[in-house]
Amino acid sequence: MTAVSEQTGQWLEEFTNQKPFDTPAREELRRAAFSRFLEMGFPTTHNEEWRFTNVAPIARRHFQRQLWEPKVELPAGVERLPEHEYRNWLVGEQHPFVALNSAFMLHVVMLRVPRGAVIQEPIRISNYACQNAGDPPVVHPRIVIVVGAGAHCTIVETYAGTGTYFTNAVTEIVAGDRAVVDHYKLQRESLEAFHVATLQAQLGRSTNFSTHNISLGAALARNDVGAVLAEGSEATLNGLYIAGGTQHVDNHTVIDHAMPHGTSHELYKGILDGKAEAVFNGRIIVRKDAQKTDSKQTNKNLVLSDNAVINTKPELQILADDVRCTHGATIGQLDAEAMFYLQSRGIGKGDARSLLTYAFAQDVVDRIKVQSLRDSLERVLFEKFHEHSEQ
Amino acid sequence: MALLEIKNLHAKVGDREILKGISLSVDPGEVHAIMGPNGSGKSTLAQVLAGRELYVVTGGEVVYDGKDLLAMAPEDRAREGIFLAFQYPVEIPGVSNMYFLKAALNTIRKHRGLEEYDAMDFLNLVREKMKLMEMDQALLNRPVNTGFSGGEKKRNEIFQMAVLEPKLAILDETDSGLDIDALRTVASGVNALRSPDRSMIVVTHYQRLLNYIVPDFVHVLSQGKIVKSGGKELALELEESGYAGLGIEDEEEVARA
Repeated sequence: MTAVSEQTGQWLEEFTNQKPFDTPAREELRRAAFSRFLEMGFPTTHNEEWRFTNVAPIARRHFQRQLWEPKVELPAGVERLPEHEYRNWLVGEQHPFVALNSAFMLHVVMLRVPRGAVIQEPIRISNYACQNAGDPPVVHPRIVIVVGAGAHCTIVETYAGTGTYFTNAVTEIVAGDRAVVDHYKLQRESLEAFHVATLQAQLGRSTNFSTHNISLGAALARNDVGAVLAEGSEATLNGLYIAGGTQHVDNHTVIDHAMPHGTSHELYKGILDGKAEAVFNGRIIVRKDAQKTDSKQTNKNLVLSDNAVINTKPELQILADDVRCTHGATIGQLDAEAMFYLQSRGIGKGDARSLLTYAFAQDVVDRIKVQSLRDSLERVLFEKFHEHSEQ
Repeated sequence: MALLEIKNLHAKVGDREILKGISLSVDPGEVHAIMGPNGSGKSTLAQVLAGRELYVVTGGEVVYDGKDLLAMAPEDRAREGIFLAFQYPVEIPGVSNMYFLKAALNTIRKHRGLEEYDAMDFLNLVREKMKLMEMDQALLNRPVNTGFSGGEKKRNEIFQMAVLEPKLAILDETDSGLDIDALRTVASGVNALRSPDRSMIVVTHYQRLLNYIVPDFVHVLSQGKIVKSGGKELALELEESGYAGLGIEDEEEVARA
């Protein structure tokens, strides 16, 4: 194994050479983040949180930093906050890639949805990366969205690109009391790309928050999704991951019931083919004060080949006594009876396979409320499964 | 020429031989009833004809419409006009009944060199056939068989048969689990589909169904072989004396003993 110092060496050099921020406070945050990163280094598989995901392909590579230039579509009523107001919002620097992002991000998209505003159209933040000459690029997207009390909004993040590159994204959402926030992330990175993303949401009282994490691309993808609930808040964490070839996709989620009367629903579904590897690690924390918590976690996996691997693990830490928490994980193949039923009606074997695979993903897709996103996802899935069925 | 010619068919599941030499000839337009106690191999025969891979054919041959049926994939058998009404129709969550049936119909039509139906033509056809089966149209938008009652599932099978218009329909215990009203509806649906160019094999344990779907021939299956064949009166004979009257015991019981 390469020593941590060697792996972080190139980053140190680049960090030292970069131009300081004009705002001293911001520069200080950046320096603190970088020293955290140096202390931690890239995680190895000895680290429990990274046991099944080896990031050596990222750590060993030399990347050139690229300015993050997303396409940001803001519906009327959403305000853009000046970047110098950035402070450390939600994510601590306990996560090496978050620390790396904080140390190297060149700018932040900071948005505010004013108190009570009901924004129908989604806020869209679209990312496209591409590899040019020289070392592959790395981008550090950073999004902060502050949603005022009682406000409603929808956020759609999309990631796509061509060639080899590294996306290291961090999104922070602070949702005020009674706010209703629907978040979507559609990850369709190139199959040579690396995608590491952290989403952290802080919910107010009686806030309703949902996030839908669709992971289709990248050679290596790692998502950390976290939500901290307040009294009476409701969080929905849905995910769909589809991986084939030698893709590796890792979803780590943490639902933190910090206060009483919170509700959380989690549904993650995975479809794995070829030699793909997937990880689902769903932690649910119910703190001592969080009585009357109601939490349900489900992870279902459809494994289409003999060589695909899934590691699924629920982690329940329940410190309160009057709560309801359920969890379940399944790993299965296409139902032979259903296959025969479809074939017995004249539907070819390949089409039957793609139909059943599509059906497996259907309930996650159906939960997407943004019509345009659902339509485009349905199209992508249709093509993807059709491609599979031709084999 | 017979539409279906089964010659000395043997089949097994795992190490257990279930069909031990079945021969049967079905001409166009004929309705054949296959009766027999539990475990006699009736359902296995139905599934083997439809191409279920679970069963391995170990001997004999089946010629359908001049072709080697056993060499064909299940979907090709369906495209060539074979339809199996399942004893236990499979629930498929996430696939709408409408989408499924339209895909099936258009695949079969394409195979027959007919133009594929568009959504409008399809809907008109389906409305007409649903009326025949006294089915609620809402079932169309539901996932295939999912949450259907036992009776709805069986109706859905015959409804699919009405839409797909097979040359050879195999009804596997279509009467099981139906109350008398549902049985009448299903049977009248089947009878409406009787025609000189459509043959049927009706697999049933009880004679009851054959009061409504009157067969041309009745065959009694026991221990994987046809032990007696006759006209529709054979079914009545069985009703009176039971399988024991023919010297046949319930084979599941025998296997258990």
